[in-house]
Amino acid sequence: MTRTGFVLANLMRKKTRTILTLLSVVTAFLLFGLLQAVNVMFSAGADFVGATRLVTQARVSFTTSLPMRLLPEIESIPGIKAVMWQQWFGAVWQENTQLFFFATDPARLHTVYPEYVMPDEQWKAFEQTRTGMIVGRILADKYGWRIGDKVPISSNIFPQKDGSKAWTFDLVGIYDGKDADWQRNTNLGWINYAYFDEANQFGSGMAGTFTLSLADPGQAEQIAQTIDARFENSPDETKTQTEKDFNIGFLRQIGDIGLIVRWILFAVFFTLLLVVGNTIAQSVRERIPELAILKTLGFTDRSVLGFVLAEATAICAIGGLVGLAIATLIGIKIGGSGNFPIAIDHRVWITGVISIIGLSLAVGLPPALRAGRLSIVDALAGR
Amino acid sequence: MAMLKQTLAITALSLRSIPERWGPSIVIVVGLAGVVAVFTALLAMAEGFQTTLQATGRTDVALVLRGGSSAELNSGLGRESATLVKQAPGVRQGDDGQPLASAEMIVVAELMRPGEATGSNIMVRGVERSAFALRPQVRIVEGRPFQPGLRELIVGRGVAQQFTGVRVNETLRMRGSDWTIVGVFESGDANESELWADVEVAQTTFNRRGFSSVRLQLADPAGLQAVKDALDADPRLNVDVEAEQEYYSGQTRDFRKSIGMLAGVVTLIMALGATFAALNTMYAAVGTRAREIATLRAIGFGGTPVVISVMIESLVLALAGGLVGALLAYLLFNNMAVSTLGANFTQVVFQFKVTPTLVQRGLAIALVIGMIGGLLPALRATRQPVTTALRAA
Repeated sequence: MTRTGFVLANLMRKKTRTILTLLSVVTAFLLFGLLQAVNVMFSAGADFVGATRLVTQARVSFTTSLPMRLLPEIESIPGIKAVMWQQWFGAVWQENTQLFFFATDPARLHTVYPEYVMPDEQWKAFEQTRTGMIVGRILADKYGWRIGDKVPISSNIFPQKDGSKAWTFDLVGIYDGKDADWQRNTNLGWINYAYFDEANQFGSGMAGTFTLSLADPGQAEQIAQTIDARFENSPDETKTQTEKDFNIGFLRQIGDIGLIVRWILFAVFFTLLLVVGNTIAQSVRERIPELAILKTLGFTDRSVLGFVLAEATAICAIGGLVGLAIATLIGIKIGGSGNFPIAIDHRVWITGVISIIGLSLAVGLPPALRAGRLSIVDALAGR
Repeated sequence: MAMLKQTLAITALSLRSIPERWGPSIVIVVGLAGVVAVFTALLAMAEGFQTTLQATGRTDVALVLRGGSSAELNSGLGRESATLVKQAPGVRQGDDGQPLASAEMIVVAELMRPGEATGSNIMVRGVERSAFALRPQVRIVEGRPFQPGLRELIVGRGVAQQFTGVRVNETLRMRGSDWTIVGVFESGDANESELWADVEVAQTTFNRRGFSSVRLQLADPAGLQAVKDALDADPRLNVDVEAEQEYYSGQTRDFRKSIGMLAGVVTLIMALGATFAALNTMYAAVGTRAREIATLRAIGFGGTPVVISVMIESLVLALAGGLVGALLAYLLFNNMAVSTLGANFTQVVFQFKVTPTLVQRGLAIALVIGMIGGLLPALRATRQPVTTALRAA
């Protein structure tokens, strides 16, 4: 019998116990995978946007619109390749579903966000259709919108000239993301600023926030300072930061999700430690005479230690990997639907595997050391 | 009667022997403590948020927004509209003979949490003097009220506790203007998540002419519909009218939904894991007592009392775990103040509330898990033939 076979045979000796312990580990790592993915979405989730863009918002808050007259001044600052602006539309679909819609200049959007992938003729159609709008793939799939549809969207902020808040836009394009991260974030809609600005009741000239693409990302900080210095002490003071920091700041306002996740995982792993640790300790206790016989037969202390540790590791590793795998499948299902863009990706798996190793050592080492130190005479005598 | 006696005898026996096998028993206790603690803490957050917003706003105050706005931040009313709204029939008269109403203007400022570099949105509300009459719960607890005509702010206690740079005598810079913090106010509700200033000063400083909302004190507490009808009938106006309390309560829906979903998923998965752990423990408990149980059966004890006693042991351990969990959640989180993004894209400061109902629900979950964890092992214990069990050990 090989050593691996021996370890497996020992595990299968009490099938119910092993299976129940495995299932506990599976559920713990399923939860670990899902929560860690939520955590990544809120903390590192903004990584994918890169550092090539800056966002200029009003210093008081991003909810305050910056006026359009800042545009030429920002454009004149050296190092800036292109500038676009985006005005929050306050879009509402049907009764009460809030959507992320912005009014922007189509050509500028195309230049500043090359990560949005859409056929050229659709970009052209967006530029040329005043009442046009484009939406991300997720949004289009979710509401079953097709190109050519006239989509009624109302705004909870902007009435049209006649006082009505019911707007209608022509869907002229559906964009995808250039990779999986961007694809998960294709949940925005864009409308044509020129039309929006002319048709809304509040008159024109408000740009919202500006998004700038840089020639050299290394200059981001210096350019941000230049912009903010230029508008200091004006009624429209600005705050400029990288797009990533802007996104992180926005998500962080929702709350310290990381803290909540850490608390839950702490509770889960503390419990798990006890459950698995207790099972392994118990199975070692029951087998003390056997372990002594192994030693009598000539197995060294270290190999007996190894057997016990291997059992613990097997339970943690099999349970952990299965749990993470289930989490990954669930993540693909949920993430694909676009309601909740989580993904159990390499980042989650790396922390998951580290946790599996840590857990194995924590639950396996104490009984393993005990088994290794066992004195043959005492153990056989039942002392 | 004999069965009851038998059950009591075996149960007493097994409960008293728990200390001798505390290792496996503690697994159930800790496992369920974990589940109940997480469940209670998450829902205590939802509960606290809801309590704070529901306590805000009164049923006899009408909130008037521009039609279709749904939140004060999105709304805007011109000076003329605001005046028309205030003169609606059914609004109580103040001592000065004017309608008891407050036109208010919202702007958003960014404040920092201690030790954080990214700002959070805080609501700055420009108010008229009548705002205080419409919210009698607001009282100054430190410093003094702002003086009309000056760039002075009073800060809600929640904001003062959670964010930096807003202590009395500090200066807050907004859109190129400096504002002095002169006082702290307390209200026990969502108003504490705001900064207040004189609306006239705010309008001139921020170059805005209109208002965001108008609050009306109803002469008759049931008179909301009459005011609504009157304002709807006025062709010069396009406004939404609702009870102030309804407006704030409506904002809790999304948060409750997302926290409820999180709590549901997390509790479900954790409960599943805890059930496996409980089963494990009870199988082990039954296993180590196999000979004892077989002996009892041999001398005439029935199967049902054995099943019941195993179930009771499992339930007692589960209940103990549940209580420990609820207590932990209470000690660690009750009254802890946190804030999240509310309907106006601004922070709402609230406190965790561990309520008796939540504790009850947590304990119920613990008992269900304890029941499942005890049932299967108990059945196995009685199904085993007495002779086999006696010989095996």
